Amino acid sequence: MSLRSPLGKVLGTGSAKKGTEHWWAQRLSAVALIALTLWFFFSLLLLPALDYMTVRAWLSVPLTAFLAVLLIAVAAYHSYLGTDVIVEDYVHAAAPKLFLLLALRFVYVLCAGAAIFSILRISFGS
Amino acid sequence: MPARTRPLSPHLSVYRWQIGNSLSILHRITGAALGLGLLALSYWLVSLAGGEESFRTAQRVLSSPVGTACLIAWTFAFLFHLLNGVRHLFWDLGLGFERTQRHLSGWLAVLGALLLTAGAWAMLWHGGRP
Repeated sequence: MSLRSPLGKVLGTGSAKKGTEHWWAQRLSAVALIALTLWFFFSLLLLPALDYMTVRAWLSVPLTAFLAVLLIAVAAYHSYLGTDVIVEDYVHAAAPKLFLLLALRFVYVLCAGAAIFSILRISFGS
Repeated sequence: MPARTRPLSPHLSVYRWQIGNSLSILHRITGAALGLGLLALSYWLVSLAGGEESFRTAQRVLSSPVGTACLIAWTFAFLFHLLNGVRHLFWDLGLGFERTQRHLSGWLAVLGALLLTAGAWAMLWHGGRP
């Protein structure tokens, strides 16, 4: 049995008109992260050492850099979706809530942007 | 309009602590912790791009006692969030809702994360790593 109205189903809307999108985005990014995080975790674990030369050489390989960029982008997106819900659940006053939601967006874009830019710098050798 | 003191949902204080709600809360806590871990990972990558000097500084910060404790906690947070996340994905497919399945998968997620964390750090420490 479904509690969603036929019109809501067709339009893909939840009770707040957009709940299903968030839900789906969280699940899809989660599935992508299973592969990306496991690759990253085991790659680091299986490197012969974690010194400057080894890690840099590893990240200079095009496929490694490509997957690392995807990992950062998808992880930041998934984390942003999750922390948004945490803020919405626990911060009820309008002003602090708005401030936190906006601040989190800035932090995630800044953090992911810096990480991806760094990977590209290493990959393109500058 | 005067604010009324209505009871708030969920009534956390009236729940008996059991595997289901404990792991649900732990999923959220580990998720938030991994958000901070993403910041640390970004810092590590930025330091790597910055050259040998800045990378060595980052490695020193991360291998300090506090840094190591954080890394171990993040390893557990990642592995638990991953395993428990898979549990959630099965539930989203409508599978694994029976009481015994729920409890078994919950304990598997916790024990699996603990064992894999221990295994990963045993590899790091006994593989001649810095």
